[in-house]
Amino acid sequence: MSMTLVQVVVSGLLLGAVYALFSSGLTLIWGMMNVVNFAHGDFVMLGMYSAVMVWTALGGGPFAAVPIAAMMIATLGVASYFLLVRHIMKGPMLAQILGTFGLALFLRYAAFWTFGANFKTLPDTIVGGSFVLGGIRFEGSRVLAGVMGLAITLLLHLILTRTAIGSRMLAVSEDATAAQLMGIRPQRMQALAWAMAGAATGIAGALIANFFYTSPTVGETLAIVAFVTVSFGGFGSVLGALVAGLIIGVVESVSAYAIGPVYKDVVVYILFVLVLWFRPQGLMGKA
Amino acid sequence: MAGITRRTMAAATALVALGLAGNAAAQAPVKIGVVYPLSGNAASAGNYEKMAIEVGAEIVNDGNADLAKILPIAKGGGLAGLKGAKIQLVIADNQGTPAAGQNQTLRLITEEKVVAVIGAYQSGITLTASAIAERHGIPFVNPESVASNLTERGFKFFFRVTPVAADFAKAYSTFLKEQKAAGRKVDSIAIVHENTEYGNSVSSVIGEVFKTDGLNVTQKISYSANSTDVQPQVLQMKEKNPDVVIFISYTSDAILYTKTMKELNWKPAIMIADDAGFNDPAFVKSMAPLVEGLISRTSFAAGKPGSVAAICDALYKKKTNGDGLDDVSGRGLQGFLVLADAINRAGSTEPEKIRAALAATDLKKEAMVAGYDGVKFDAKGQNILASSIITQMRGGQYVPVWPKANATGEVALPYKGW
Repeated sequence: MSMTLVQVVVSGLLLGAVYALFSSGLTLIWGMMNVVNFAHGDFVMLGMYSAVMVWTALGGGPFAAVPIAAMMIATLGVASYFLLVRHIMKGPMLAQILGTFGLALFLRYAAFWTFGANFKTLPDTIVGGSFVLGGIRFEGSRVLAGVMGLAITLLLHLILTRTAIGSRMLAVSEDATAAQLMGIRPQRMQALAWAMAGAATGIAGALIANFFYTSPTVGETLAIVAFVTVSFGGFGSVLGALVAGLIIGVVESVSAYAIGPVYKDVVVYILFVLVLWFRPQGLMGKA
Repeated sequence: MAGITRRTMAAATALVALGLAGNAAAQAPVKIGVVYPLSGNAASAGNYEKMAIEVGAEIVNDGNADLAKILPIAKGGGLAGLKGAKIQLVIADNQGTPAAGQNQTLRLITEEKVVAVIGAYQSGITLTASAIAERHGIPFVNPESVASNLTERGFKFFFRVTPVAADFAKAYSTFLKEQKAAGRKVDSIAIVHENTEYGNSVSSVIGEVFKTDGLNVTQKISYSANSTDVQPQVLQMKEKNPDVVIFISYTSDAILYTKTMKELNWKPAIMIADDAGFNDPAFVKSMAPLVEGLISRTSFAAGKPGSVAAICDALYKKKTNGDGLDDVSGRGLQGFLVLADAINRAGSTEPEKIRAALAATDLKKEAMVAGYDGVKFDAKGQNILASSIITQMRGGQYVPVWPKANATGEVALPYKGW
């Protein structure tokens, strides 16, 4: 019994690290420019398809898929910024919401058109099978995704808080006009934020594709988790997304195991509402 | 030149006159309305069914020597009971919506004057289309919709040929009891189902049937089909370690369960998946190596050479350029043959006589295209002899293994998985 519970908690932590991984791009965009990217789930979806394509077309494993997906989604992020986001940011809040929502629908149905509606999966031999450590079973592809999730969110956090480029990006997010007077080009910083967020999202997609199914609508399923994780952790806080991801992962796993899978979302959302009640800005969000 | 022309004219006139005379002597064709989704998101299934029904009409109109040995209706030359009247299909597109299904059925009945209607694939469309037929007193044969309420409306003109959830449950139950008799452990059974209409209704019917049959359901796990993670559920099963697991799942969740069971290295001795997700070609294509020995169900198996199913499968392949009959098209063709048989026995195109003939239908197992025990309707219009064939995953495809009459392979247990 207790061994199974430990296994459930470990699974939950790994799942949580993955949640953090694909939420970090969303929180970064929000933190940098107060834009909610509703197309985020579909960015993840395209990252997953990049990995599927690298595998089917080139026969490459995750080490080829991860950098390629990172580059492709980073490019997509920058293109979205210059072609769409830059313009709608001048409009009212509603225009921003509908703009990225429209982008989401466009990407989703473009994927239907290009890849078809069928579910695709990568063979689980790509990353290797599972191993047992201290009686707990670990699966290679999930461990890889979880560890990368931790590493990338921490790296993003360090870039934002400890480097000159991070300071410049934060300056732009706090007051673009003042930053411009200091010789920082806001558009360049914002494009960089979209590139970084895109790269993180692409990596997340490529890693998730190893143990999840890929389909044009998978972004919908994942986006809900990402939005909950980000608002739980505090919009704009990369570290908050990490902590929130881990909490949600463990709470989901344990409640699904102990109470029943249909109730796990209820437990997560009760917790979510409680957090927002006492801390409307999220666990680590700016007040 | 003029002479030749006059002679040709005379010959032509004579031919036309003969033709007219011939037509007058032959019976007017019997019009049957066919309502299927030929556009919309179920168009693929709908078009396959339409082709299956066309094969059925060709069998009756033109005959097939091999089939005629088993099916009297396949002798050729139309319906013997109506002095050789041919069947004319009037095909309509239900567009995948209940409203279009209703309108098209109304058009077929009032304008095309069809004597009976067959259709309409989706349960929701069968519901509206058959209501129109009932109001006009026109027989409606449904080959494939499984929603249980369809036969609970007290209709007199509605006949359903397909097995429903209770029949699948019965097939699983009989299969498991046979395994038990053969010495395999089936003492604890887990039912894992997605929590919308399909999963909830099928799982509760299976639960009831198993209870009355003395099979012990020890665990019921209900989950949402768009879950991001199913590890806790698999761990719950791993802990209780049931002998049998029955999945009622769609495609995405079927993939997650299959992968997660391998990750966590747990499998039951017998694993059953109720059609749906585990039978999706996309699932079979990528996941088959991880579910070797999985038990599932179908209503069609080509079976042994020379059987009605095998001959019809060959005819259908000719029509589609290679695609064989499957669970849906096989049931469609079966439904059509039931209707044609009834009209033939009625010896009339009067709806009331066709209804009476349908109600008196008694077709034997040997005459089946689908894997049923026969066709015989109860007072509600449900085929009480509808049954399912149990299949097993064998090297990338499902092979019929039970009942023996339809089997082309032996049941191999325990479940192998990956």
